[in-house]
Amino acid sequence: MIKSCLRALLSHWRRNPVQLFAYLAGLALATALWSGVQAINSEARASYDAAATTLGEGQNNLLIPKQGDRIPQDVYISLRRSGWLVSPVIDGRLGDVRLVGVDLVTSATGLGGDTDINQSTNFTGETLLANPETAQNLAGIAEVIVDASIAPGVAVGDIGLVQRLLERDDLTRLILLADQPIAQPSLGTIAPDLRMQRAQQTTDIAQLTNSFHLNLTAFGLLSFAVGLFIVHSTIGLAFEQRRGMIRTLRALGVPLRTLVVLITVEMMILAAIGAGFGIVLGYLIAAFLLPDVAATVRGLYGAQISGTLELRASWWVSGLLLALVGTAVALSSRIWQISQMPLLASVRPRAWVIATASRFRLQTIGSIILLTATVPMTLFWDGLLAGFAVLGCLLIGAALALPALAADVLTVLQKNTVAPVWSWFWADTRQQLPGLSLALMALLLAVSANIGVSTMVSSFRLTFVSFLDQRLAPELFIQVDTADQSAALETYLKSRNIEALPLLRTQTTIAEQPVALYGVRVGQTYRDSWVFLDETPNAWEQVAGNGAVVVNEQLARRADLWVGDLVQITPDLALPISAVVGDYGNPKGQVILSETVFQNLHPDLYPSQFGVRTQQAVQLRSDIVDTLGIEDNAIIDQSAVKALSLAIFERTFVVTSALNILTLGVASFAILMSLLTLADLRVPQLAPVWALGMTRRRLGWLELLRAVLLAGLVFVCAIPMGLGLAWVLLTIINVEAFGWKLPMYLFPLEYIQLGGYAMIAAFLAAMWPALRLMRTPPSTLLRVFASER
Amino acid sequence: MVLRLEAVQKSFHDSERVVPVLKGVSFDLEAGQTLALRGESGSGKSTLLHIAGALEAADAGRVWVSGHDLTQMDDGGRAALRRSDIALIFQQFNLIPSLTVAANIAFQSALSGRVDQAHIKQIVTALGLDDQMEKYPEALSGGQQQRVAIARAIAAKPKLMLADEPTGNLDEDTADNVLEQMLKLVAQTGTALMVVTHSPIIAARMDRQLHLRSGLLV
Amino acid sequence: MNVKLLIFMIFFPFTVMAQGFSGLGSDAQGFATPDANPSFSFPADHGAHPDYRIEWWYLTANLKARDGTAYGLQWTLFRTALAPGEAEGWQSPQIWFAHAAVTTPDQHFATERFARGGIGQAGVNAAPFRAWIDEWALEGADFDTMVLNAAGPDFGYDMSLQARGPLVFHGDKGYSVKSAEGQASYYYSQPYFEISGTLKLPTGDVEVTGDAWLDREWSSQPLSDNQTGWDWFSLAFEDGAKLMGFQLRQTDGSLYSSSTWIAADGTTTPYGDGAFSAAPLATTTVKNRDIPTRWRVTLPEQDVDVVVDALNPNAWMGLSIPYWEGPVSVSGSHTGQGYLEMTGYE
Repeated sequence: MIKSCLRALLSHWRRNPVQLFAYLAGLALATALWSGVQAINSEARASYDAAATTLGEGQNNLLIPKQGDRIPQDVYISLRRSGWLVSPVIDGRLGDVRLVGVDLVTSATGLGGDTDINQSTNFTGETLLANPETAQNLAGIAEVIVDASIAPGVAVGDIGLVQRLLERDDLTRLILLADQPIAQPSLGTIAPDLRMQRAQQTTDIAQLTNSFHLNLTAFGLLSFAVGLFIVHSTIGLAFEQRRGMIRTLRALGVPLRTLVVLITVEMMILAAIGAGFGIVLGYLIAAFLLPDVAATVRGLYGAQISGTLELRASWWVSGLLLALVGTAVALSSRIWQISQMPLLASVRPRAWVIATASRFRLQTIGSIILLTATVPMTLFWDGLLAGFAVLGCLLIGAALALPALAADVLTVLQKNTVAPVWSWFWADTRQQLPGLSLALMALLLAVSANIGVSTMVSSFRLTFVSFLDQRLAPELFIQVDTADQSAALETYLKSRNIEALPLLRTQTTIAEQPVALYGVRVGQTYRDSWVFLDETPNAWEQVAGNGAVVVNEQLARRADLWVGDLVQITPDLALPISAVVGDYGNPKGQVILSETVFQNLHPDLYPSQFGVRTQQAVQLRSDIVDTLGIEDNAIIDQSAVKALSLAIFERTFVVTSALNILTLGVASFAILMSLLTLADLRVPQLAPVWALGMTRRRLGWLELLRAVLLAGLVFVCAIPMGLGLAWVLLTIINVEAFGWKLPMYLFPLEYIQLGGYAMIAAFLAAMWPALRLMRTPPSTLLRVFASER
Repeated sequence: MVLRLEAVQKSFHDSERVVPVLKGVSFDLEAGQTLALRGESGSGKSTLLHIAGALEAADAGRVWVSGHDLTQMDDGGRAALRRSDIALIFQQFNLIPSLTVAANIAFQSALSGRVDQAHIKQIVTALGLDDQMEKYPEALSGGQQQRVAIARAIAAKPKLMLADEPTGNLDEDTADNVLEQMLKLVAQTGTALMVVTHSPIIAARMDRQLHLRSGLLV
Repeated sequence: MNVKLLIFMIFFPFTVMAQGFSGLGSDAQGFATPDANPSFSFPADHGAHPDYRIEWWYLTANLKARDGTAYGLQWTLFRTALAPGEAEGWQSPQIWFAHAAVTTPDQHFATERFARGGIGQAGVNAAPFRAWIDEWALEGADFDTMVLNAAGPDFGYDMSLQARGPLVFHGDKGYSVKSAEGQASYYYSQPYFEISGTLKLPTGDVEVTGDAWLDREWSSQPLSDNQTGWDWFSLAFEDGAKLMGFQLRQTDGSLYSSSTWIAADGTTTPYGDGAFSAAPLATTTVKNRDIPTRWRVTLPEQDVDVVVDALNPNAWMGLSIPYWEGPVSVSGSHTGQGYLEMTGYE
């Protein structure tokens, strides 16, 4: 019985391959986007984790040089000999590879990779550990054991070997081990040139990049939701069409329970197959996007992500589970319907969503509740999660309002139309709304996400470019290595009467935040080019008079400080904030002091970077190289920096736009599937119109027109929603994630373009169903009259 | 005794009131016997057929099909009985659209796992369906579809065959022919046949006739 | 003293790995091996012997505070070579590590240190004598007068040592055989140290005085394959005599023993396999292992038949290489105190 029954159930798919395709493809698309995004995220996280364990950063307190990045080896010995339990690390670049040398004997954590060096007879002091990519770059330089868990771009080895490879005899940092003996002399007496950097102060890459990955995850979820719309409508269609078969099977003696089990198993197996395709597809998407993501993250945060993708259970299992759970949810209501369906129920197919005013009313109420909830949530709830909750409420609320809104619009149109054909057209469109509403909601989500994200990207671009102009005002930047060089350069520039902007910098902790402390020589350049978010009059004069500081927005927001507030710079020194400056793309807090105050605080530090104002950049550059012996590569041309920064930025949102396009594609697929679903049900509706003299060709064009008009309607609704989305992204999520607020700009032309894309997508989606309608044989239409169902 | 009804009652509930359809119907049908059930529209003919076919349960009274008391059975038991002992022929042909004619004809016997290919061949030839076997139902005319449904019913070798206006969709000649074939095949297998019909001509071909009026046999 | 042999065995995979540090293969033949009829040259032989695979400076002390409370103290510097010889900087094949411990009647503190040779973090100078790792050191103008210090996260000590007798050579004039197959080491002791100083404990500083015993041993082929662990005793009797005895437990259940009797006048008598015996009388469960903490120790040739009791049965060295080491008291035919080390109780 089961075999025959299953054969009958499956024969449906054989006779309706398009439906099968829609079902599998919907699930595949949903799973693909979700698992693709998850794959990228988990690959990135694994890379960050590998970096953290490989480099031991973030977990331990470190001893680092106060100035520069070298620690003489005898300082290490002195520390050990005085009871400071530290483990040495040397860190340097060899070509494209970052070489990290550690001392296995004193290190608490070993090499950090998966390779159990104690078991690996291959590992010797002459061997490096690196992931497969990095290993290729090291060919011919050293023997490498491939260990995929080592951070990308990094090779780890014995400190002696790395010193030799880097041709150095010093160290980069010392890891302070957890257990220290009961008594130690103070650090200052043993190693006055070192300072302790607390573990929590080290940059946590994972935290920095969290928002970026949240952004990706949000897109993944959105795509998944759109994909589930497809699944939901395909399942609905399949059940509608098999209603008659199910009745027949029961009449012929198949027990209800058997039927329910068989259908569930059938649909879930198909779902698993679809999700399986989706995972493969997701892998391909991820592999395709990963280089861009890696470039983005490297550009923004300097974090390395491996360019090779590993099949990690975390993402493909979650994709599979989500797909199966999503299918099960969509399936359960259908199964429930079957089990409640009387054996002798009418076999007349109905639209799978019952069009009732009450359903629309319910959706509208839900929408109002969700949209209203965003107001208190925005006002009273802080944090990234709140941002996403607001986003979710906004999106779902607006989507729920769409069908009712569209119905009202169509009613108004119908009332104001005199021509009978058009009056029928509006009424007919309205009648189809229930069947199309899910697809339209999907389109709404996709279009508004597009509007929101393009607003954000373009706003970012405008802000960022003007920010670069402000910050990169000096034509040349010169990096010096020693105090002598610094002094010589300054004297030289003074002798040539060239405006120099020496920059003093150090790391410190202010208001419990890691902060870069800058000492600047306030001059015309600062006064002219810096644009403040908020300032007191004569902000720079106050700084120049040693009586105030400028802080960046990141610090201001995190420490809850603003113009006029006092900043405790050291226990003995507190200065008011005279201005807050926008500082885009930088994760860290900054405090800008006058040169004088800085030098009082840190008399041992000298300016290590100079900005130089000159009209003859090329000439000055070669003069400095010739006269002062500063290496050419220590001098950076401002225009080069700017170009590089812009290039990094351009790549930043490549990923986002790619996902945008995919989302729009998925939404138009949803429309296609809904229209195909409706097509068969529409024959009885269209037959009378055809009989009254409307050609099939005309009917087909009207179908196309309808799809485009609905897309247009959706687009009009998507504009306020997309702008709301952009607002949440810029003013809530960005502040929570990055610490700075982006000014929001509007880009009407881009929106109109997007509207065009949405209508094209709808047109393409409607084309096939319309063509089918145009080619419907008259006999099919006639049958509506001939056979009473 | 293949079918026995004893004081069967059935009512339908619509939103406001209870509408009695069958008010106490009793009759027997023996193996090999044919019976026509006649009556006005709404007299309860179809309901009676559904109850006899184990598709619906009676509110009161008892129903036996080949010795099984339907009123004592759950849904699974009734389904099993439908599978093995009962064949139904409806006004709407109730074919499975995604299966070929051949698969449709063999379907019910396949469900109970006793396909008799020689028997099917004989039925198919008798009903003139030889050339249609690999087609799908949608490619057949209404009369052909009805013949497929009849072939399926006979192929299942039921003890009880129930038909609701089996020739309702057929022109007169075809109807005659189909009915002829049906009676012939039923006679061969010893199946009990009950036909619900308006047609006095069809009714006249049956061994017995019952008239249903306002839920009672008259 | 032989925890190091076990350490060596456990370290062996590491050693194989690390041998590459010097660019040499794992060929043990490159190491020097002890000769019978040794001739020592002091003070040079107090220093390191980098051509041998393993070596240690191993000091234990039985201490008493003014209130009469007994304490034990351990300080050990180990050297293990991944390849014979010495090299400058990180290329040095020498690895150093050290253990320090203080045992009180109810507590046991232990800690360890690690260092690479060649960079100055650890080493041993013969004259003036200086054995150090990190800030820990055992040092003095000569081998008889020294100071000692060590510290861990929860304890430390600063001690002074003064030798009141000569060096004692074990086995055949310092050639100590460790198995029937002939594995052997160079082995001598300074068992006559008077020690005094301060123990720094969580409960506060404690001034202590007592007796210390320093072992020096180096070798390249320490244990036989079939030996699983050992029990080592250094006992000082109230009549002035001392006994060093150990037994190596073998996989077949048999034992290989060796001992040195040090009479009150300083004359030594070495005994080969079988003379010295030690049998467990009671065990204590320490870290899920059954450790014998009460022993019957006999050396019939010297009429020794004593019971040895651990001062603190929980003197477990829970370090990278775990073992048991702690002070003991002696009763029976002789009374006194000493130190017990037990390894290989897994």
